[in-house]
Amino acid sequence: MKNWVIVFGGLLISSSFLEAKQIGAAEDLNWLTQAERFIEMKDPSIRKVALGALLMGLSCGLIGSYVVTRRLSLFGDTLSHAVLPGIAVGFIWAGEKDNFSLLIGAGIAGFAGVCCLCLLKKFTRIHEDSSLGIVLSAFYALGICLLTRIQKVGYTDQSGLDSFMFGQVSALSSNDINGLFITLLLISLFIVFNFRQLLVTGFDPQFSKSIGIPNDFLQFVLWMLIAFCVISSLQLVGVILVSAMLVIPAATASLLARRMKTYLVLSSLFGAGAGISGTFFSFLGKSLPAGPLIVLVSALLFLIILFFRPEKGMLFCWLNTRSERSRIIIENTLKAAFQILEQKGFEENEITSLEIMKKRGLSRPEVEKEIQNLTTAGLATKNISPIDQVSLPSQTVMTLTPKGWEYACRMVRNHRLWELYLTNEAEYEPDHVHEDAEKIEHVLGEKTVRQIERLLQNPKTDPHGKLIPSITDIHQGNLPGAS
Amino acid sequence: MNFIPKFDPSKVFFEPWATPELIAWNSQVILMGFLVCWASGMVGTFIVVRRMALMGDAISHGILPGIVIAFLTFGSLEVGPMLLGACLAGLACSFSIEWLQQNSPINKDASMAIVFTSFFALGVTLINLQAGHLDLDTDCILYGEIGLTPLAPNFIFGGNDFGNRSLWVMGLICAAIIILVSLFYRQLLLTSFDAILAHSIGWPVKIIHLFLMLLLALSTVASLESVGVILVVAMLVFPSVTASFFFHRLPSILICTFPLGILYTFGGFHLAYWLDCSIAAAMAITASICFILSVIFGPRSYIWKTAKKKPS
Repeated sequence: MKNWVIVFGGLLISSSFLEAKQIGAAEDLNWLTQAERFIEMKDPSIRKVALGALLMGLSCGLIGSYVVTRRLSLFGDTLSHAVLPGIAVGFIWAGEKDNFSLLIGAGIAGFAGVCCLCLLKKFTRIHEDSSLGIVLSAFYALGICLLTRIQKVGYTDQSGLDSFMFGQVSALSSNDINGLFITLLLISLFIVFNFRQLLVTGFDPQFSKSIGIPNDFLQFVLWMLIAFCVISSLQLVGVILVSAMLVIPAATASLLARRMKTYLVLSSLFGAGAGISGTFFSFLGKSLPAGPLIVLVSALLFLIILFFRPEKGMLFCWLNTRSERSRIIIENTLKAAFQILEQKGFEENEITSLEIMKKRGLSRPEVEKEIQNLTTAGLATKNISPIDQVSLPSQTVMTLTPKGWEYACRMVRNHRLWELYLTNEAEYEPDHVHEDAEKIEHVLGEKTVRQIERLLQNPKTDPHGKLIPSITDIHQGNLPGAS
Repeated sequence: MNFIPKFDPSKVFFEPWATPELIAWNSQVILMGFLVCWASGMVGTFIVVRRMALMGDAISHGILPGIVIAFLTFGSLEVGPMLLGACLAGLACSFSIEWLQQNSPINKDASMAIVFTSFFALGVTLINLQAGHLDLDTDCILYGEIGLTPLAPNFIFGGNDFGNRSLWVMGLICAAIIILVSLFYRQLLLTSFDAILAHSIGWPVKIIHLFLMLLLALSTVASLESVGVILVVAMLVFPSVTASFFFHRLPSILICTFPLGILYTFGGFHLAYWLDCSIAAAMAITASICFILSVIFGPRSYIWKTAKKKPS
């Protein structure tokens, strides 16, 4: 467990170090004014980039939620690599960096990649992950080969092609914005009109087939939309990191959302938020590419939500376990106190720490701490005993309060009832039941205890012949100790 | 403008081997390529059997920040720190993927995509942060440049010159992988095919898994310089998948990575010489062509089997 903490701590620290570094790098430019410039959005180039990142985040988040629920994450990754040869061919065809032909080339290559995957699935028995790896690397190698060829042949304007690897925000044209906008429009229209069908095909394909929904067609349209989304986002985040934008915001949303509609909304919001803040940081840092920063911001968001989300977050789980553990310790101490009093025949009220140490088999500081915990919880009061016959210098003496006494009785009752239940109903040997009862006594609810009591006809003694304090006795205070 | 140069067999096949200098240079390139193919092919066989092909892809992306951080701390392109940083980052990557899978409701594929893209993004950002005063070339890590192998400094030990150092490093790693795989063959085999049985007879399945991940990281890192981050996955997946169309048993597939490595290297080298493009990419293209051919003509191919059955 510690390893993980270190790994993630390292990740967090290194990313915060990154942010610090960017600010440091832009210090001579006065980053406050830079930030102001970004927030005011007066600069048309800033507005364009921010708009692009926003649109990309929204569309990637929307389509990404289907990618994640249908387990297509690595498919998105493969697709984003597979468009590379298409870009190269589009470039050769147009002879220059014309966005339209590049997009068409990328679209065709993406389509070919999907076809290859289908063919491999149909005609071979290769596992899905291997076929994804095969298509990914084959297409990517072809793309690299073509790109190096382009560089060797020496087209004039090939420098722009590099931007497709990691994205280049500064080269974002209004054409790209239009492309992003159209993609977003297509995706939202598709989702709005096919929301129910997508839901059914995604979660229960058999049923949806039986009610006549065209599963394969929807799946194919979804693939094509993913390809569109990948292609239109290339200019912003680049080939390799597009798949991150498809997966991370949607995965973040999946930690929070219970229903598909909230899921879609949250995921697109996370995508848009990461897009905007990523561009903001890259603007602060000047020389930093926006794509990786957008991805880093969304990864950070994912980590934060993973640790701090309500109910199931790691932090809450950890706190819960801790409080649960301390409750069990308190209950064990109370039970020990009851047993000590019982041994003395309920004649005294005081329990010394030495007795608890003997009973629980713990060291003195541990017992002192337990007594302190009981006192803070208002279940006991403590005193320092006068020095007397015992060899210990001055030991703590504890007296249970009425509330603590009731609690202790309840615990002992749970324990002994369960032991009796096991011997009578489950036919355990009496010497086997203690371990089991030790565990279950902390989780038995009042209702279950009543049921067991009724089943065993309000018993008075447990299999070891000891007293079971009954609930009426506890409430009326007719207990040996209290009387 | 002729995009595809004319194919002239004598130029493509004989020119690289015309003079002694060229032979000395090119044989080093070929040897490097072969070592990379063989080492990754051996590890890749187990990776493919365990259905973790994309794990190789993920790890090869994930080691980027490790390399950059090692470079920043030691300030040089020395092999030792690079290997260390990359192995640590690769292990961190695979640990994080498994941790996410086990401790959150995220699926396996999504957790893989999340982790390796974030690692990669971190690496790219770190490179760009230092772009001003460091000469770590993004292109070199991303695409690799196997053609420059002979330029590596010589390995000098005790006053004797032993020749090219990066060849030595790759050779040692390749030898280590072969020895380790043959030593722990039984363990790797059983845990790959029946992890539950292996667990029930008391083998440390998790440690063996970790050991394989370490081997994967090692071979990935070693081949990085020559084939680059993304094409490593080609070298991992193609040999064993191609061999599986010819052979049924794992030992035969493992042995088959040897001739396939030679085939890929020579094919890739001459293809690159003809087209004048990146050798690593040409090797991957050769591998894909071999794969397509074996899908169609391989004796264990599914197409072949159905075609045979039809007449009867």
